[in-house]
Amino acid sequence: MMAKSIPVIPFAWYERAQRRKQSALTQIWEVLDQVKDPEIPVLSIWDLGVLCDVQAVEGKYVVSITPTYSGCPAMETIKADIAAALDAAKLQPYEIVTRISPAWTTDWLSPQGREQLQAYGIAPPAGGGCAQAQGLTPDSGIECPHCSSSNTRRISEFGSTACKALFQCQDCHEPFDYFKHL
Amino acid sequence: MSDFDLKAATQEYATRLGDDSVVLGHRLSEWTSNGPFLEEDIALSNVALDYIGRARMYYTYAAELAGNGKTEDDFAYTRDMREFRNLLIHELPRGDFAYTMVRQLFVDVFNTHYLPELAKSTDSTLAGIAQKAIKETRYHLRRSHEWALRLGDGTEASHQRMQRAIESLWGYTHELFDADPLEAQLADAGIGVHNAALRPAWLEQVSAILTEATLTVPKDDWAVRGGRVGYHTENLGHMLNDMQFLHRAYPGCQW
Repeated sequence: MMAKSIPVIPFAWYERAQRRKQSALTQIWEVLDQVKDPEIPVLSIWDLGVLCDVQAVEGKYVVSITPTYSGCPAMETIKADIAAALDAAKLQPYEIVTRISPAWTTDWLSPQGREQLQAYGIAPPAGGGCAQAQGLTPDSGIECPHCSSSNTRRISEFGSTACKALFQCQDCHEPFDYFKHL
Repeated sequence: MSDFDLKAATQEYATRLGDDSVVLGHRLSEWTSNGPFLEEDIALSNVALDYIGRARMYYTYAAELAGNGKTEDDFAYTRDMREFRNLLIHELPRGDFAYTMVRQLFVDVFNTHYLPELAKSTDSTLAGIAQKAIKETRYHLRRSHEWALRLGDGTEASHQRMQRAIESLWGYTHELFDADPLEAQLADAGIGVHNAALRPAWLEQVSAILTEATLTVPKDDWAVRGGRVGYHTENLGHMLNDMQFLHRAYPGCQW
């Protein structure tokens, strides 16, 4: 039997984590950790991968964010929440810019974010597999966030928000959201 | 082309792509709360949202290039029908569910070929929008493909409705592969896409799906054109009436 393998960290996530680690603007990163996704309030915009970068440019803070999906209506709320958090912490002046390239990917979710999703009752995106490699949602086999059974089936490829699909567990019978791999 | 012309042409191109997206997005959104069942209602609303999101990105870029203080809302809500430059296939009324899914299939297959080309654009903003949209489009295509099979190879009634939708939409697909001088020059400049080159792959893929769904690929014996010069079907005006009413009656209104 092989020993339990070391979990593989997506390179995209590693890159993000390094960007933050090497940034001198520790305080502003921490303030922005308070900003949560309005649809999934357990998840910070950092853990979700929406927060790309923070820089100090010509005497102001430039906060770069990126939408998960093109039409994600949460972006306006996120911008307002960032502004409120920075105002409250007196981190001014600032500018919030929206970047669309490189395109957001679920690989940017932090390991902590994946755990928080699971605890909140949303199955985190599954890596690997043929369907997932093409950014598609599999028909079955996504682990139930409630009872951990893999005996699940897809009810709909779309869900309550652009980033989720709907599944049902065939063991505990609970329906649950699956955070789509993108 | 001089630099100035290229910028103006890119602005026009971004506007056209925004028009395609907002018009189809609005048509899809008309299914919200009218879907055949809950999951499908949610799916159509999600696809609509993706298109409206694309429109916002294209319009925001067009506004940025225009540099005259206009915003995405000015592009969507304050232009008249003749100023819209969307391809006609996007504006046709949603029809029955079969009609909506056949249109979606045609457009999804087109976009799975078009967007990877646009993603190679030397214009980094257009390339960025395309890269984002490709992933969504692949997701849409799987659903429109599955519905084509299910309805085409379904009951006699669903098969008939699908075939009728294919016949009524086929003549509108030719315009997807046209290029006026502006689009041809942009494609030559590495900014746009040579759409005509995409038709063989589109036709092959669409034909394979229709055949698998026991449906018949129509003959190319009619074509309607005019969207890119602002000649629309009567349907667009009615749609814009609905879409633009609030903004025109209460300019700048927010909630």
